[in-house]
Amino acid sequence: MATMQSGLQARSEQALGAPRVAIRNLDFFYGANQALKRISLDVPERQVTAMIGPSGCGKSTLLRVLNRMYDLYPGQRAAGEVTMDGQNIIGRDVDLNDLRSRVGMVFQKPTPFPMSIHDNIAFGVRLHERLGRAEMDERVEWSLTRAAIWTEVKDRLHSSAASLSGGQQQRLCIARTIAVRPEVILLDEPTSALDPISTLKVEELIDELKQDFTIAIVTHNMQQAARCADQVAFFYLGELVEVAPAAELFTAPKQKRTQEYITGRFG
Amino acid sequence: MSQAPHIVKSFSQELQLLHDLMAEMGGLVESQLALATEAIVNRDPELATRAVQQDPAVDALERQVEQLVIRMLALRQPMASDLRQIVSALKITAALERIGDYAKNVAKRSIVLGQSPLPFSLTGLATMARLAQESLHLVIDAVGETDPDKAVQVWQSDQVIDDLYNSIFRELITYMMEDARSITACTHLLFIAKNLERIGDHATNIAETVYYAATGTVLTDERPRGGDVSAHAAGPRQESGA
Repeated sequence: MATMQSGLQARSEQALGAPRVAIRNLDFFYGANQALKRISLDVPERQVTAMIGPSGCGKSTLLRVLNRMYDLYPGQRAAGEVTMDGQNIIGRDVDLNDLRSRVGMVFQKPTPFPMSIHDNIAFGVRLHERLGRAEMDERVEWSLTRAAIWTEVKDRLHSSAASLSGGQQQRLCIARTIAVRPEVILLDEPTSALDPISTLKVEELIDELKQDFTIAIVTHNMQQAARCADQVAFFYLGELVEVAPAAELFTAPKQKRTQEYITGRFG
Repeated sequence: MSQAPHIVKSFSQELQLLHDLMAEMGGLVESQLALATEAIVNRDPELATRAVQQDPAVDALERQVEQLVIRMLALRQPMASDLRQIVSALKITAALERIGDYAKNVAKRSIVLGQSPLPFSLTGLATMARLAQESLHLVIDAVGETDPDKAVQVWQSDQVIDDLYNSIFRELITYMMEDARSITACTHLLFIAKNLERIGDHATNIAETVYYAATGTVLTDERPRGGDVSAHAAGPRQESGA
């Protein structure tokens, strides 16, 4: 009750924490196409930042910048500053493997590896750490517990991850992401392929996870942003139109475009 | 603040229906107060009866708005200005219903008053009733147009009604002290004045709600307030006791 109250208070007082990631004047290009225009946004530590906006507004692009997913594709280019721990993570001298272990990502469709539940978690951990068997088992249990799926899978850790339901697979993917103990978790429409109850479980999980992790979520579901986010950023045509605490943005947005979008009067 | 229609037409239609129901309710309450006012000034029990008879229709409209609002909250999950409008409708109709009740009460008392002689003028009360009517009219306009400027105007004008109430209160006490036979009539008049003063207060509440619905910000400045007659309730001798 005490934590719930303080959580509610944090949301109502609109006190956002210190920035974990500071984005300054970020431009992003797909070839000649500019997808993000001079974005400046703070992603506060141990809070949930939701990014909303119509398709093609740049919200997913921004997420892809934060762990440099775009580096996998030629012709995509970011300019500006994205500072994390005093380092510009879009600079040249960044170790991408290290960055991606610090900034984990969960995708729209659950993407379990074709292996056992246990190995789905262990796989990523082995890339970054050498753990003994007992330690690894402990890490697997910790991750699955934190992802609120442990009790459902603890008796079948060695069966295939493909046997899980969609909602369970998504929580497994979240477990896999937190297993390497990242600082920031990026969620790209994590519940758009899930049924309403699984969606609520993932949302509850997001609420739990923000005690330890900084979370950025892209969602098309405005109610979801309203339910989970401390801070909401509205993007349109590659621009950041408005960023505000969720309770403020959804009850009294300052910008006309935000107002029109969230009330369904767009276009 | 006119808005583009909602992408979902049926949502726009529901918002329009909500708007229309409130306009209808506002109109009814306004006519209730107008009838009650005329009933006092002209000492016409027939008008008073009509004011009383309108009350069930006002209550029914309030229930209709309430049901529509709950439905819209559940089915549309409104956001931003829609959310503010819809929640405000609930508060505004509750206040309108109270105003209707006060008007009904004024009307009922005017019937009783009609049966006793009044050895003094009702000009002050008539002025107060007219001001309350003006406030109500303006605030119903503000609701219909979601006009924050008109809301502020109503919000600021309530002071005059309060002042007038205070002076009528003192005047009636004087009459009662002069002539004990006037106590029954004066007590009714006192309640009528109090009801009119409350109508002004509710109009002010509606104004605050409209302002929030329109702008998303709250009218926070302390409204100017004059002396409070409740301090006189114990009579002029109180000062020696303290």
